[in-house]
Amino acid sequence: MAEPGKPLGLRLKSALTDSLLAGVVAFALFSLVLGLRTVDGVTGLTLQPRPDLLAIAVGIVFVGRFLLNLFVWQTEYPLTTPFAKLFTRDAFDKRDITVLSTTAALGVAGLVISAIFNVPALGLIAWAALLFVGLGLLRRLIVHVFPDLPYAQIFIVGGILFAIFFPLTSYALDRAFNLGLPLRYWFDLSILVLTYVMLGWGLNIVVGLAGLLDLGYVAFYAVGAYTFALLATHFGLGFWICLPIAGLAAALWGVILGFPVLRLRGDYLAIVTLAFGEIIRIVLLNWTEVTNGPNGISGIPKPTFFGLPFSPFAEGTTFASFFGLKYDALHGIMFLYYLILVLAFLTNFVTLRMRRLPIGRAWEAMREDEIACRSLGINTTVTKLTAFATGALFGGLAGCFFATRQGFISPESFSFIESAIILSIVVLGGMGSQLGVAIAAVVMVGGFEALRHTDGLQSIFGAGFDPALYRMLLFGIAMVGIMIWRPRGLIASRSPTISLNDANAVSGDLVRQGRR
Amino acid sequence: MNTKDKDWDTDPVLSVEHLTMRFGGLVAIDDVSFKVGRHDITALIGPNGAGKTTVFNCITGFYKPTEGMISLSAPDGDRFYLERMTDHDINADARVARTFQNIRLFPGMTVLENLMVAQHNELRRASNFTIGALLGLGNFARAEGQAVDLSRYWLDRVGLLSRADEAAGDLPYGDQRRLEIARAMCTKPLLLCLDEPAAGLNARESEGLNELLYKIRETEKIAIFLIEHDMSVVMRISDHIIVLDYGKKIADDTPRQVRNDPQVIAAYLGVPEEDVAGSGARP
Repeated sequence: MAEPGKPLGLRLKSALTDSLLAGVVAFALFSLVLGLRTVDGVTGLTLQPRPDLLAIAVGIVFVGRFLLNLFVWQTEYPLTTPFAKLFTRDAFDKRDITVLSTTAALGVAGLVISAIFNVPALGLIAWAALLFVGLGLLRRLIVHVFPDLPYAQIFIVGGILFAIFFPLTSYALDRAFNLGLPLRYWFDLSILVLTYVMLGWGLNIVVGLAGLLDLGYVAFYAVGAYTFALLATHFGLGFWICLPIAGLAAALWGVILGFPVLRLRGDYLAIVTLAFGEIIRIVLLNWTEVTNGPNGISGIPKPTFFGLPFSPFAEGTTFASFFGLKYDALHGIMFLYYLILVLAFLTNFVTLRMRRLPIGRAWEAMREDEIACRSLGINTTVTKLTAFATGALFGGLAGCFFATRQGFISPESFSFIESAIILSIVVLGGMGSQLGVAIAAVVMVGGFEALRHTDGLQSIFGAGFDPALYRMLLFGIAMVGIMIWRPRGLIASRSPTISLNDANAVSGDLVRQGRR
Repeated sequence: MNTKDKDWDTDPVLSVEHLTMRFGGLVAIDDVSFKVGRHDITALIGPNGAGKTTVFNCITGFYKPTEGMISLSAPDGDRFYLERMTDHDINADARVARTFQNIRLFPGMTVLENLMVAQHNELRRASNFTIGALLGLGNFARAEGQAVDLSRYWLDRVGLLSRADEAAGDLPYGDQRRLEIARAMCTKPLLLCLDEPAAGLNARESEGLNELLYKIRETEKIAIFLIEHDMSVVMRISDHIIVLDYGKKIADDTPRQVRNDPQVIAAYLGVPEEDVAGSGARP
């Protein structure tokens, strides 16, 4: 690749060679993946060539690479500069303003054209560009006017307040003004997101703090869920008694898993924990007499509000009759929301508190250097087991919640992909960072669910396009993107647990991640 | 330098008897016995591959010796047989602390946190095994305050007080060396084992280190046992030198004696062969 500042002819030539090469690679890759399609015909499977799709894909790679070469990589003023500056506090110069205003003008033009000629795809792109520039400029404006506000804290407090008041407020508004909001869907989605936030925070103890790569975390989730389901269906125990039992049962299994893997680290540990997760799932699947095998367990009771059930039928006092309300199915769902919110906050609170206790510091020290830990008199066996047990405890609590929310569980809910999702939430968020994990859970679980309702995408890819089907693909793309631009996760820095004068965040580059 | 002579034999903090360590067919240490005086600075020297670090790893429990006995006697009369103890108990109970040849700090934690980790066991007891402190019971806050005070004391001693809140991995090399010593001292040891503490330090830093070790010995009344290559350092600060060569002990005496020992000169200090032959070997 030519250096920036070379004469135009030379730049063009090297850009062309580079993009031709990229085009050839793309052709080689896509010719089988996109260029051919197997069709189930009368005479069996036949190959149907799709040259148009192949040409489009290769063309996108070629043109994209060429433009990138010309305007970003091989020029002294990459066109991406002003857009990157939107996220910093650096001053804009003339060129930046030209680029940004051109983008805005193009965006407006795109909107107009899409409206006149009815091209929704173009409209979507134009909206995205305008939103990006607009929000970026708004951010710059706020930062310019109030340079010294503690933005991170405002964000956290705002997020917490939103999480607390969102269901009640939206419910009250909806009922007061008869808005007909899809509350049921919103609450279900928020419960799902919060479950993953809690699981992410639980796994963060094991992976982020103690540096033990655990690929079988879903096993503890399963243990918690099945503990409650079995106790409830066989012995008629209620949710509130079973919640601590499920947590403790999962913690016990955490210790049982911990013992054989004490000497393992990094990849080897990951393999064994992966196997452990599968063992639990396969046992649940095959031990039919107890777990009812693949048919699962149904009829798991819902939690009660201090003994008051959320039920439409009055067999004694119910929640609605006690408070003199009209029965509404959303009451129970809102209660579930607040239940998982409290459980998630409990996880977070205990983790943050433990980080400041000797055991938490020992976890982090063990992640940094296990041998040094032992030379300082820290029993790493106990330290590892407590990390596994504490992480598993919260997994078990989340599992118990999952069982009561679903009312039905089967081994299918606890496959490896769940472990992978939880682990990717932790990795994408930034190992050890509570805020990062929460953001990653919201984006990965909530964001992809929200994709389902993006009409613009249907207009680009055709009416039958369901973005949720591409969830895993997008997951992978997001993962690759984060690993390129933020290799240590969204929030990579680590905040010290104690300080003499003022606490400065420790750069993520110094923090080890449990693999040596 | 030495007013006393060989008092390590009368009141040793550490006695190593017939220590042998084999790795497969390789004999890394071959029947080595020595004593480390309670308030001495003892140096372990020898050419590369002589087995110095292996001796350290045996004493601090990172290796289990093939044969031999390593005993540590506390001032209150307790005896600990280190070859039977696990590495973390050797630090926690027998109170032997060590540093490493290639520095092993917790780079992503701050300087202060490094020292707090070193006081883990005391703090853990004060936290009532986590549950109590989690619920805000007990006197954990006071214990933590004391731990911070001790950390502050040691940071001041090694001159890192102003950098207490920086990441340990951000410190320059010399500061990392001193931080590792401070961290070892925060475990309140009876015996401090330093594996090449002056490696990679410049002359001025090395001088500062000597002074630090001297002062630690004076104020804390502990034994310091170090591996060192820099002969000027060794000869100046140590009261007692043990020389290893090919896993065997070839000398064990005061610096003045060791300096003139022909075997040591031949094996390590590096004087032409004919001089050694001419002077005649000591019995």
